[in-house]
Amino acid sequence: MRILSQWLRAYMPTLAVSDRQLADDLTLRGIAVEGVFDLPASDLGATHGSLFDMDITTNRVDAMNHYGIAREAAAIYNVPLLPLDESLPQAKPTSAPRIAIRIEAPDLCGRFTARVLRKVTIAPSAAEVAGRFALLEQKQISNAVDATNFVVQAMGHPTHAFDLDKVEGAIVVRRARDGERLKLLDGTERTLVADDLVVADERKALALAGVMGGWETMITPETKNILVEAAWFDPASVRRSSRRHGLHTDASHRFERGADFAAPPIASAMVCRLILAAGGELEGEMLDVIVPEQAARTLHRPVVQLALHDVTRILGRTEEAHPLDAATIERYLTALGCRMKKSSDAGTLSVELPSWRLDLERDIDLIEEIARLHGYNRFANTLPAFSGSVVELPHASQERTVRRKLLAAGYTETVFSTFCSADDAATFAPQGHSSVPLGNPLSEEAGHLRPSLLPGMLAMLAHNLNHGVDNVRLFEMGTVFHGNTDRVQERPSLAIGATGNILASAHTAARGYSFYDIKGIVEELLAGFSFASLAFAPIENAAAWLHPGRAARIVLDGHTLGYFGQLAEAESTQRKLKQPVFVGELDLALLFRHVLRLPAIQPLSRFPAVTRDFSFIFSDAVRWEQIAASLTALGITAMRPLEALEIFRDAKGKTVPQGSYSLLVRTVFQSQERTLRDEEIQGWAEQVMAALAQLGGVLRDGATAPG
Amino acid sequence: MSQETIPQLTAFDVAALDRSFGELLRSVQQEAARMVSADDREKFRLYWLGRKQGRLKSIGEAWLKTAPVEAKKAIGQRFNQLKEQIEQALDAGSPSVAARAAGRSAGPISDALDITLPGIRPGLGAEHPLIKTLHEVVGIFERMGYSVGIGPEVETDYYNFESLNFPPNHPARDTQDTLVVAGQEKKPLRERLLLRTHTSPVQIRTMEQQPPPLRIVIPGKVHRNDAADATHSPIFHQVEGLCVDTNITFSDLKGTLDHAMKELFGSSVKTRFFPSFFPFTEPSADVQISCIFCSGKGCRKCKHSGWIELLGCGMVDPAVFGFVREKQSAYDPKKISGFAFGMGIDRIAMMKYGISDIGLLYSGDMRFLEQFA
Ligand SMILES: [Zn+2]
Repeated sequence: MRILSQWLRAYMPTLAVSDRQLADDLTLRGIAVEGVFDLPASDLGATHGSLFDMDITTNRVDAMNHYGIAREAAAIYNVPLLPLDESLPQAKPTSAPRIAIRIEAPDLCGRFTARVLRKVTIAPSAAEVAGRFALLEQKQISNAVDATNFVVQAMGHPTHAFDLDKVEGAIVVRRARDGERLKLLDGTERTLVADDLVVADERKALALAGVMGGWETMITPETKNILVEAAWFDPASVRRSSRRHGLHTDASHRFERGADFAAPPIASAMVCRLILAAGGELEGEMLDVIVPEQAARTLHRPVVQLALHDVTRILGRTEEAHPLDAATIERYLTALGCRMKKSSDAGTLSVELPSWRLDLERDIDLIEEIARLHGYNRFANTLPAFSGSVVELPHASQERTVRRKLLAAGYTETVFSTFCSADDAATFAPQGHSSVPLGNPLSEEAGHLRPSLLPGMLAMLAHNLNHGVDNVRLFEMGTVFHGNTDRVQERPSLAIGATGNILASAHTAARGYSFYDIKGIVEELLAGFSFASLAFAPIENAAAWLHPGRAARIVLDGHTLGYFGQLAEAESTQRKLKQPVFVGELDLALLFRHVLRLPAIQPLSRFPAVTRDFSFIFSDAVRWEQIAASLTALGITAMRPLEALEIFRDAKGKTVPQGSYSLLVRTVFQSQERTLRDEEIQGWAEQVMAALAQLGGVLRDGATAPG
Repeated sequence: MSQETIPQLTAFDVAALDRSFGELLRSVQQEAARMVSADDREKFRLYWLGRKQGRLKSIGEAWLKTAPVEAKKAIGQRFNQLKEQIEQALDAGSPSVAARAAGRSAGPISDALDITLPGIRPGLGAEHPLIKTLHEVVGIFERMGYSVGIGPEVETDYYNFESLNFPPNHPARDTQDTLVVAGQEKKPLRERLLLRTHTSPVQIRTMEQQPPPLRIVIPGKVHRNDAADATHSPIFHQVEGLCVDTNITFSDLKGTLDHAMKELFGSSVKTRFFPSFFPFTEPSADVQISCIFCSGKGCRKCKHSGWIELLGCGMVDPAVFGFVREKQSAYDPKKISGFAFGMGIDRIAMMKYGISDIGLLYSGDMRFLEQFA
């Protein structure tokens, strides 16, 4: 909104501060001046002051005009504010019957005033209006139309001028009839509904009340007689009509935020005076119909009791030594238009609220006004006293552990969109869960709340591959959503995704990220938690997005924690991924039911450890799980955890037959109590070899016999 | 290196030679490792290779004398090998010796590495700038006695709007501004599900659970039906704070945020408060900090004002306590008071790290993210 500093000063002739100071002080009090522009001086050298570009918050419709802002400034600087000029030429008495005004929708129109002007001259606006409009770069139309716009700029109340000769009979403010048609000033023809309020005559609708005037009764150069409407319409009703018809006008903007119930007579007088300046006469006194219930809602609101101690209880200390005393508080409120009523209690002010401040209703609203006018930055910076303890989120330390491990292992954290496509939602929703559609999605691709972090993870991997980044390791911790439109369940989830090489450098050969890398990071993560059992099972029919032979289901204490592995060929092709991609997702809600593992330290043995390696050839059908289990089953207490030291397959079948692999198993024997004897170790080694042979293992040719 | 007895060689098979020459090599290596000065080096040379008293010569003579003819050739070869190893040890010892003695490099070194080549970096993961900033802000308030709270991302209209004193027709409730779950039209307004537009619903949820005094800081992801551009994203992050007790004042709010901003941006940062409007606070304020780029002198980043707007705050509106009182009667606005504040983490992170496109934060782009490693 544009404001002229000189226009403001016209209402405060004693104001002594500069335009820039005025702009700063208004801004610090919530009447934001976004920009101050010097206006060029007139040809005669007279200054035109500055143009302020204002941004007034929607709750302060009273300050969306020059007089309202001048009132704020006068309150800030404690200078007098001149009253608005309501003067009018003497009305010509008339013997003819006056136009009747009927408010048939008293819930939507609280007040309707009308003045009749005869024998007017429609001409360009005179200097008072034309000069200011030129500075504001506002389009000029004619003295009658400009007058209504000028008054809005001056004091904020919208009015409307009708060509009286087109009005047939009485003025009726009523609900529109369903399907009733009305051609508006913008030339569009609207079909109205019963919820629209219209200003009508006996035969037809003349205007969409509070929104826009009608075409038929508009002022033209031929207009001779005018009816000036100044009314008060219900804010919600104007908002509904404005929305319904997609008509956001200056008038609707103001009415829907709550206009001043006391303003119509003043606005009407100002408009009439401006029109009559070019000739014509005022016929009779103003017609004024008031709906008492609406006046009670606005003009005669209950007095607010403001306890002085509540002002300090809420606002606290000011930087000045003296607190906000009663006299200062009274001065601030009075300057804003409040009136102090007699109060029975010295510690309480009885405050009558100004009709133009419908945003003020309660004592807290007045406390805000006091703080605002005093200046927020004049309050001290204090810290509240505190005793108590700080409580972290229940899973904060578990989450920290997961994040720390992933970062240390070279996975970069990401944050991605909460949404995914319906297709992705269907593919990645965990078994037995449905995904939740949005009512007004940002796009079709974002139609569902993500039931899994994996669509996003795959999109990020693809993004990197498409931008020439081939080696990627990522993770995301975020919320996934399951359920239906009546009930949405949220769970924390972790996604891991990787592709390309790891540890590529000038000094070492690159190595492709493999299934065992993603399994390794899952194992590292889980090693931080306490649990009784952990197994990696085939995915079988679940998680169709994974390569069935290169994927695993994580089973933690009997519950499925998640899936991971190489992305299925079909998914990979569909997403145009040019190299193998590995992904996994873990249910963090389930994982966080497990507390972090508290390390229980084993004493370091003082006795030597003896290493024995066994090289055997096994059929591909024999899995490590079986080998480990059979060696563990030997129950050798001195045997430390087994290691699969090396696995070798020979594609040509020369050194190792096809369909078989050679496995180098390392066993380490060590006792906490004593040095182990050679014979003991030899005995165990023989047990190990027997167990391996039992599984079909064949001692590898040329392998040195242990001993 | 005192004179020692000559070790005996009794067996001449390969294993016995392995063992005996292995022991000799070990003692060479041990002594070579102890060389520090040029003097040490000369002593080492004389001890092993000296023409008259050299140990290698004495042992060689002794062992060859007792060896059977067929073993003499092998023993001789092994002595030649050992001599080479001793000479290598002398070479290897010399540069460090010389360098330590003279403080400068002593010519080319046969096994030197190009130490200017890049090292093998294990490749750490990068912290996400949003998560990092979120933790930083939360940490500041934790140190000021705030506990941490979170809440659901899908909220009801009641918690997101109604209980925060948004009037029924408030524009924020419009689907143009708020993303909603499908199929809500037939439900009563307050039960309709939507994506929370701010973290403020957690204020209500926490107060319903817990009587005052209360200090809570709430990080979280929020959504709005906004078109994406360089500075707007439909997805963004907030940190919200709430402090309720007897005698919590507006000046406490000012002091708290002034302290927090100094913690976050450095002690020279100033704050300034402006009247603003939020349905759930009154008085409401916008907070600006003095521009961290130009220290308040004015630059492009602060639009030459010297100030940057960073957060919204205010005293909790009594109407909000009114909603909470239905479940926790202790929130009586005549007895207690409180303040709340909220800030956009994306904007703070963008400012701290000079990020000009908010979309990068949600792209998973390694070229961007690895700069935070
Ligand atoms: Zn700056």
